[in-house]
This record gives sequence, structure tokens and C-alpha cells, in this order.
Amino acid sequence: MNRALRLLPVILVIWIVGTFAWRLIEPNDPTIRSQLVNRSIPPFQLAAAIPGAAGLKSADLATGKPRLLNLFASWCVPCVGEAPILAELHRRGVEIDGIAIRDTPGGLNAFLQRYGNPYSRIGSDPTSRAQLALGSAGVPETFVIDGKGVMRLQHVGPIYESDIPIILDALEKAR
Amino acid sequence: MRLFVLALALSLAGPAIADSNLPPAYWAYRQLPDPKQEAKANALMEELRCLVCQGQSIADSDADLAGDMRDLVRRRIAAGEKPEAIRTWLIERYGDWISYRPRAEPITWPLWGAPIVLLILGGALVAGRIRGKRA
Repeated sequence: MNRALRLLPVILVIWIVGTFAWRLIEPNDPTIRSQLVNRSIPPFQLAAAIPGAAGLKSADLATGKPRLLNLFASWCVPCVGEAPILAELHRRGVEIDGIAIRDTPGGLNAFLQRYGNPYSRIGSDPTSRAQLALGSAGVPETFVIDGKGVMRLQHVGPIYESDIPIILDALEKAR
Repeated sequence: MRLFVLALALSLAGPAIADSNLPPAYWAYRQLPDPKQEAKANALMEELRCLVCQGQSIADSDADLAGDMRDLVRRRIAAGEKPEAIRTWLIERYGDWISYRPRAEPITWPLWGAPIVLLILGGALVAGRIRGKRA
């Protein structure tokens, strides 16, 4: 008993040092994942982000065909990097809807003119309400939504060229 | 070389302006007119984690998204919703992680039980010492 007690501090020190070493070698992944993956997307209704274009409501996403929902903003720098990839996906026949987070029609128009507009509809989310309802934590984020309006994949951060097969595969599986 | 440094500085200067185009949401930096409701909202906001600055509560954070979350909390409290319902709504979307107050579930039982276990152990230790001195 006495001997075991004397070993206790040593065990504690090894445990603490081990925990530090483990988290230093393998840092915590700070990515926030939506808990709604494989569940129906929540109802929302957003006004058109630019005058003359179509707004976006959750029912627009359940059209019997899988589609992409892209959360972006004209003030978001990584979104610029993602734009050519979205254009490429659009060229391959992928239907993309957008939600513009905290954006102005002026900024958005300039962004779309400069980097292209692959979106069928763009809803405006001036106070991140739809973003919070979807369980998203930033821009850009992209969701694969199947024909019934069920979220099938969440892609956090910009889509790189190397992500195209993953996105296309998820769209195929959601069919 | 100087040109390269300038180009590098300019390329780094871009992300600094990555802030949203819109002013803060209406209730982001305003208190609710009813002090009781504001107290309820504030208590909840201090226990909700900011999605951007992950070590801060939304009451402390100046991130746009934290402001939008405060707006959401105050609006719902003003509409008569219970704070626990709002917390549950957020946990449904972001997981237990979003709330600083751990829920009493099997996985958190050790957390709630630890103080009691430590108190009993400490009590036993003190009792042992007192008895040891008397002997």
C-alpha cells in the first residue's frame, strides 16, 4: 500500500507528460462538423442576394436530383480560390446553389463578374441565420444535398482541384 | 529582392481585409429592453462557444458570427423561447462542443462524479491522519 502510494506521483507525471506529448504530436482538429449530415436540411427561406436573380428556400434543394449548396461571400478570400473549381463542376453539369453570407448586392455583383457565376440561385443571409441553421461555422463551406433534401456531405473550407473526385463521387452516391 | 519583399507584403495584406461587408446584426451589441430577458440571454451567451474564436464565449467574442449568434439568442429569448431550448437547438447542429456547460449524460458522469469521489478520498485521508496522531 505504502509503496504503491509512493509510485503515484511518478505515474501522474508520466501520464501528464504523455498527454502533452500526444497532443503536441497530433494536434486537435479544430474543424467544426455539422451534426446534420445524413439528416434533412432545416427549413429556411432567403431573399435574392442580387436584384433580378432567384432567391433560395430549402424546398428548392429537394428537386429529385442531387445538388451542391455553396456558402460563400464576396469578402471571403478563399472563396476566390474556389471559384474556378466551382466553375469546372458547373461545366461538368453539377447544379450549384449559393448562400451569400453577410454580403451586399454591390460586392456580390463585382465578385460574380470577376470570378464567374456558377449558381442557379443565390440566397442572401445577412445575419448568418441560415448558416447557423445548417450547422456551418464559416465560409466557404459546401454541402452535397440529395434529391430528397437530405444533407449527404459537408466540405469545410475551399474546394481544391484534388477534391473534385470526392465531390463528384458524393453526388453520384446521393443519386 | 526589394520587389519580391513588396510582392510578398502585398500578398499577405489581402487576408487582412477579410471582414464581412455588413454592419453587426441588430441585437449583436444591444441589450434587450427587458432586464430580466437580457439577464437570461446573457447567462446563455456566456455558456455558448464562439465558432470562430474557439476558446471564447459568444458574449466575449467580436467575430461577426458571434455577433450573429448573440442576435439569434436575444431574438429568441425576446420571443419567449426558453434558454435551454436554444441551447438544445445549437447542440443539434454543432454537437455538445458548442455549449460550455456539460450535459449530465453517461459520457459526462465521471466529470460530475469526480468532485464527490475526490471529496470522499480527501476525507478518508484526513480521517486517517487524525487517527494516526491520536494513536
